[in-house]
Amino acid sequence: MSTTLWIIIAGAIATYLTRVGGHLVISRFENIHPRVEAGLNAVPAAVLTTLVAPAALSAGPAEWAALVVTALASLRGGLMAMFLAGTAVLILARQFVG
Amino acid sequence: MAVEVISEGSTKSDFWDGVRLSMPVVVASAPFALLFGAIAVDNGFSVLEAFLMSALVFGGASQMVGIELFGQHVAPWLIVLSIFAVNFRHVLYSAGLGRRISHWPVIQQALGYFIMTDPQYAVAEARAASGKTVGFVWYLGLGLPVYVFWVVESALGAVFGNLIPDTHALGIDFLLPIYFLGLVMGFRKRPLWLPVVMASAVASTIAYKTVGSPWHVSIGAIAGVLLAVILPPHHSGVGERP
Repeated sequence: MSTTLWIIIAGAIATYLTRVGGHLVISRFENIHPRVEAGLNAVPAAVLTTLVAPAALSAGPAEWAALVVTALASLRGGLMAMFLAGTAVLILARQFVG
Repeated sequence: MAVEVISEGSTKSDFWDGVRLSMPVVVASAPFALLFGAIAVDNGFSVLEAFLMSALVFGGASQMVGIELFGQHVAPWLIVLSIFAVNFRHVLYSAGLGRRISHWPVIQQALGYFIMTDPQYAVAEARAASGKTVGFVWYLGLGLPVYVFWVVESALGAVFGNLIPDTHALGIDFLLPIYFLGLVMGFRKRPLWLPVVMASAVASTIAYKTVGSPWHVSIGAIAGVLLAVILPPHHSGVGERP
């Protein structure tokens, strides 16, 4: 089997563990320690930010414009609206900046 | 709530109740499924592999993260760990959902957890909060259309991704950071959001410049999570559910 296939299968198992694990593990405890819960709450934003910040830093004006518009759109619309707004700006800006 | 009459008729209508609630999710996730397929192929996946990843992992953001890291030739174990990290929020959903579906047979529970996504959890939790039972048939009606469309559209996106000649002009190489920024912004109502994002942004950028990719992902994420753990609990507003 190829490495790619192994990554997919291991990723699927890891994902299933998160989906069933909370029920199996956390439900056994009466309550979670507040600091652990605070840490868990921070996980999505912390992970996702690392996928934006360095990419933004090494990008150019077209990409920056797209990110700014995405952030602004997020204050009003949902995920779809901001994604489409950011993408539209990116495609448009790349026609000029390249 | 009245005593539920278990008959074929009520089971059927339970299923379609779920299907009706699934439609907004199906529509909203369609572009991301197509996008995932296209990006997967752009990053070196075959159509079959893109299809398999959607069918087995079934977690949009984590699949995007996995594909992005795969394209950067990150070590396989770190890709799997990142998929795990992005999906880690499911642990909390799982703990919450467990209280609603513990009356199901074990096989049904096992399947129920497999198709548990953010909207699936949110809608099921809302139904439970309104005093209704979260039944297996209703839950399946809610989740099955999302799953089927997600997998089929991923494969379609992969097929058509092969046909796109100039991915740069269409911005495909930078769609993921835009998408991820959208997700980050979606969490902005959470306590400590801004400090966590700042810590992760600074740490990941420094790590990217010094240690290099792919370690900036883990280092940046750990910095943000540690900050949330270290700050006094009254800042983090714990006790509230996400």
